[in-house]
Amino acid sequence: MAIKHFKTAEFDAAVDAAPLAMVDFWASWCGPCKMLSPVVETIADQYEGRALVGKVNVDEEPDLARRFGVMSIPTVVFLNRGREFDRKVGVMPAEAFTEVLDANL
Amino acid sequence: MSYDVLVIGGGPAGLSAALNARARGRSVLVVSNPLEENPLWRAEKVDNYLGLPGMSGAELLTALRRHAESAGAAFRAGKALSTVRMGDTWYVSIESDMENAKAVVLAAGVARGKKFPGEAEFLGRGVSYCATCDGMLYRGKNVAVLGYSDTARREAEFLAGIGCSVTYFDRPRSCAITGGDRVEAVTCGGETVPVDGVFLLRPAMAPADLFPGLTVENGYVAVDRKMATNLPGLFAAGDCTGGPLQVSKAAGEGLVAGQSAAGYAAEIMRRNK
Repeated sequence: MAIKHFKTAEFDAAVDAAPLAMVDFWASWCGPCKMLSPVVETIADQYEGRALVGKVNVDEEPDLARRFGVMSIPTVVFLNRGREFDRKVGVMPAEAFTEVLDANL
Repeated sequence: MSYDVLVIGGGPAGLSAALNARARGRSVLVVSNPLEENPLWRAEKVDNYLGLPGMSGAELLTALRRHAESAGAAFRAGKALSTVRMGDTWYVSIESDMENAKAVVLAAGVARGKKFPGEAEFLGRGVSYCATCDGMLYRGKNVAVLGYSDTARREAEFLAGIGCSVTYFDRPRSCAITGGDRVEAVTCGGETVPVDGVFLLRPAMAPADLFPGLTVENGYVAVDRKMATNLPGLFAAGDCTGGPLQVSKAAGEGLVAGQSAAGYAAEIMRRNK
């Protein structure tokens, strides 16, 4: 239950407050996104209390997608107090994401 | 849905793998482009397939497909875009959907994986391999489609339908993608078009792009005698493993890969009982 579904209105306050956040931009029409979903959810559970892990539906929150220049989904963005420091585009194994998290805990 | 064996590619290697995995009692899904888009479809005559001289490529493919269908393999048209393995399961995304299986046979033909200048650099910053996935992010924008099949043409129509302004390049040989932070233009055969996005719609993803960590040697997937790759539960057969690029060789490798994949899936079932 650790995964957070972000709405535009609450996004900034949430990620600005987090020393480490990982945000998965996705949409329901995207097969690769569906595939990445369980990976991200597992990471959310694994890092509960240590990193904020959330999802943004680009269909419902187009402004956030535009602001982050998301041009291909899934895109996973890593933030430190609201500032992006890394991103991964496309489906990757869990380790590709946990490596970034571990290096920045 | 969950299958024992998922086969990527519906040519001789993939169909042979499907048939032989079915013969071992495993459930099988074949993911492939339409039969008419297989390069063999256009072969006027295949004269070195043992026992069946003089058949056209289309006749042969149709017969192979019917055989695999009658053996109970399920079929699904589409392109495998990405894969990930979690636990004992392979997940494969196919356009806007996904499927999973215990073992996978890669038999998607020759896909060299040679990229255009700028292609890798701008991936996710204007370059996309999936019109269905990313099209909506380009509504109201200019995009180029570099299309290599009839399916690609339909995907270009889909993009136009949702409000993209589409320039279509039909099977361009050499292109370059340029820009700054993001894609700004694409040049194909001397013609430069300013665009926000470039959709590269090839018949199949290059093996190493589809399966991160896959060992590829001289452009071909490395396999052992069982047609096993270096990744667990992934087998390969046919043209993607190297020459000769002939139907007999593909069908033979498909048989071995199909049996190996069936055996691998059975082993997982035994372990998890």
